[in-house]
Amino acid sequence: MTMQLTDAVALASPEAKARAHAEAARKNLRTEPPAVRIAIISAAILFLTVFVVLPLVVVFAQAFSKGILAYLAALSEPEALAAIRLTLLVAAISVGLNLVFGLVAAWAIAKFEFRGKTFLITLIDLPFSVSPVISGLVFVLLFGAQGYFGSWLREHDIQILFAVPGIALATTFVTFPFVARALIPLMQEQGTQEEEAAISLGASGLQTFFRVTLPNIKWGVLYGVLLCNARAMGEFGAVSVVSGHIRGETNTMPLLVEILYNEYQFVAAFAIASLLALLALITLIAKTVLERHLDEGHEPRDH
Amino acid sequence: MTIEVKNLVKKFGTFAALDGVDLKVDNGELVALLGPSGSGKTTLLRIIAGLDWPDSGEVSFNGADALAQGARERHVGFVFQHYALFRHMTVFENVAFGLRVQPRAVRKDEAAIRARVKELLDLVQLDWLADRYPGQLSGGQRQRIALARALAIEPRILLLDEPFGALDAKVRKELRKWLRSLHHEINVTSIFVTHDQEEALEVANRVVVMDKGRIEQIGSPNDVYDNPATAFVHGFIGESIVLPVDVADGAVRLGDRPLALAVDGLSPGASKLFVRRHDMLVGPPGSGAFEGAVQHVRTFGPVQRAEVALFGGETIEIDAPRDRELRTGDRVGLEPRRYRIFAG
Repeated sequence: MTMQLTDAVALASPEAKARAHAEAARKNLRTEPPAVRIAIISAAILFLTVFVVLPLVVVFAQAFSKGILAYLAALSEPEALAAIRLTLLVAAISVGLNLVFGLVAAWAIAKFEFRGKTFLITLIDLPFSVSPVISGLVFVLLFGAQGYFGSWLREHDIQILFAVPGIALATTFVTFPFVARALIPLMQEQGTQEEEAAISLGASGLQTFFRVTLPNIKWGVLYGVLLCNARAMGEFGAVSVVSGHIRGETNTMPLLVEILYNEYQFVAAFAIASLLALLALITLIAKTVLERHLDEGHEPRDH
Repeated sequence: MTIEVKNLVKKFGTFAALDGVDLKVDNGELVALLGPSGSGKTTLLRIIAGLDWPDSGEVSFNGADALAQGARERHVGFVFQHYALFRHMTVFENVAFGLRVQPRAVRKDEAAIRARVKELLDLVQLDWLADRYPGQLSGGQRQRIALARALAIEPRILLLDEPFGALDAKVRKELRKWLRSLHHEINVTSIFVTHDQEEALEVANRVVVMDKGRIEQIGSPNDVYDNPATAFVHGFIGESIVLPVDVADGAVRLGDRPLALAVDGLSPGASKLFVRRHDMLVGPPGSGAFEGAVQHVRTFGPVQRAEVALFGGETIEIDAPRDRELRTGDRVGLEPRRYRIFAG
């Protein structure tokens, strides 16, 4: 069999041989020498290991350094539980708000023509380009005791700073672009024809939204919500400025990690950190799955 | 349902998409809006559907003001050029959509909806595709489903925007015939937009020729072909020979050569003479208004196409029957059996 194959090659026409040579030459041009290839790949792997995998391993190693019982005990401290509760609450509020804002903004940008549209698109990105600390400071300037609305708020006995509303506001501000960013290109690409078709078939605005628009963008919405949620739970800078660090009351998980660490409670600090790391891993997996759906785009699914 | 449009104006910025359009469509007609791209035909269709709003003018259905209603209330079936099928729904659900979104009080029950959808899918001969998604269909199939979906709401008017524009030539031809017979069957007042003259002339009862936001001519397919009202229509529909002529002192001249053509009713000045290729009758020299020498002859089936250099300048292509063979170098007289002279 092998003999026959070799014979076949040997007997091949000159053109075929020339083609084979050209093929090989092209392959050589395209790929670097093996040594270079190995060097580049190992550099990448080394970098990833040192900067990404190692820290992740360290987090879990530290968290479990005194055994699983100590880990569980650290997590069931009242302070830790309060921080987890607050983080979940704040994430729920800001993801909920940004879902609505993001949908509205994306809708306006993708489906209507109006003056100042480019400006609006730029504005949506603002929270990404501003340092989170500044984002937090803005709310201190607005609602702090010396802020614009400070005295009015005190008169009416409304607490925004150093309380849940302030934390939720700062988080919402910082995570605003995620949903809108995920949806704008998707909705722009889809255009308005399906909506027009729905309306001319007698659908109301709400029916059109829930039966036509939303099903078409649902993967994009989930994608935006996922990233928004990850950032909302992990936000440190903006929240740190407005929270006031009141133990058991206004500490979110990232803030508590810092406090515990500064107090040399390493197991407790890394136990909380491990939860955040876990969230990151889950987000990563969910993101990959969602991206696959988004890539499929609007290809129909078989039954 | 009759449709009446009066003095419709629509501007996009400084561009006038519609510049004073008047149109009346009678009950049960199948009308084609024909024009080059940018002529305003799609804008007119979208305004009638309620998907766009005019800057001024009136639209009425059976005498009632239609502009007072949104697209949702107008009960108009609209078929989009790119189908606009709901990609996340099966073919069945696409067709059922208009029935499912009706207010509860008038909504049919599930069994009745199923029966109606089945009926419509039979009508467009695609009942076997009910469970597929739009992405799994060919262009022609999608367009027929889009039509079935529009018909589900029993529209008072059917509007089709370049219905066959995105399809290949063979499928277009089939669907044209099919649309004609379908219209015959359901007899709903219909308007379709096209830039393809063959399509307009073959399918429609009446053709509305548009250019630059204005209606150039309204007439039967024969009318717009045989008696074009304007230079634009003559040039746009069918192939025409266009000769620059001069009207002065009671004569029509090509270059410095006077032509034996009637000048009644022509305004003096530089003008354009339009003739169809097959309307130039070939005779012996001196027998017609034009005279020239044959430069080149090609034969296509029943006709011979000859390139003739006219005395007075200009070379034209004519189509002549093959009963008298033309040869290069022949001198011929040409008499336009039917022609139009437009100023400008």
